[in-house]
Amino acid sequence: MESVRKWFQVITAMLVNGNWLFPFTKTIYQGPLKVICSPGLNCYSCPAATTYCPIGSLQNLFAGIRVTLDNGQYFLGAYVLGSIGVLGGAFGRLICGWACPFGFFQELLHKIPSKKYKIPQKMNYIKYFFLAVFVVILPLLIVDKFGFGTLWFCKYICPAGTLEAGIPMIMLQPELRANLGLVFYNKLTIMIFFIFWSVIASRPFCRTTCPLGAFYSLFSRFKVVRLHLNEENCTKCEACHNVCPMGVKFNESPDDLECISCLACMNKACNYDAISMEIAGIPLETIKEKKVSIPIT
Amino acid sequence: MNKKNKIKKVPFIIISGFLILFLIGIALGEPSRVLDQAKQVCLSCIGIG
Repeated sequence: MESVRKWFQVITAMLVNGNWLFPFTKTIYQGPLKVICSPGLNCYSCPAATTYCPIGSLQNLFAGIRVTLDNGQYFLGAYVLGSIGVLGGAFGRLICGWACPFGFFQELLHKIPSKKYKIPQKMNYIKYFFLAVFVVILPLLIVDKFGFGTLWFCKYICPAGTLEAGIPMIMLQPELRANLGLVFYNKLTIMIFFIFWSVIASRPFCRTTCPLGAFYSLFSRFKVVRLHLNEENCTKCEACHNVCPMGVKFNESPDDLECISCLACMNKACNYDAISMEIAGIPLETIKEKKVSIPIT
Repeated sequence: MNKKNKIKKVPFIIISGFLILFLIGIALGEPSRVLDQAKQVCLSCIGIG
């Protein structure tokens, strides 16, 4: 199942970044597919991007809300919120585990051999601050003299934007290098920080900073596709604690906000059929891979 | 066992709510606005300029 997930991640990353003509066109894809929402965090200023980033688009709509209202247009973010709400209601953070290119990138970085560290659970709540303040409040409230706000998260934080859009664009269009300033170097530092952090800790951006992951986590109790704990079978051996890339203690918290439904606990840890996949409350047959042996003390 | 196999309705209610929001967005013409934004490279948004 892990190889299926890896292939799914690769295919999704290729689909949402399918414009491979960009080295020749030297700019971004501008076709009609960009009206489709990328399920994961994927900068739409990336030259290869073929879909729009919901977090970038939401900020853009909020930042321009005063101007569009003055023009009699009601662009309040309903289309974008509706898109990610439907995805969240169906899959929640399963999208983070299966369909987010930046999450996949962090997983690959974490495979680099090094000493590994845990991320304190309290840091998981920081991402809700970024969602509320940087994606919603600041773009809505702080505007220039023309009534336009700023895309605070994209401009000052997003390492995915730096990696997928900032760096490729200055490589494709060298004349842009004259415009590089403190903001860019600050973002570059943030990106490098997360790259190093991803090597030594599992998915640090997803767990501490990603506003899209924060939004999807709100559906953890009420999503269609989710993992189910069969308490009758659970021996509380805590094997599931050791394999979770998000630090979830599944048997203690089966609806955890951090669970990305990567199925590691189900396939790699649990020997007692205590964890299964369910769709709208109907459990699926558990497909088991070869299991690791777990010492029971 | 019966409780376990009962279809949960809440996720579908939530999805329906967001689907209505999605359709409202389409009715208001928001997709064209989203497309216009996504077709442009917003340099200041990616920290350049």
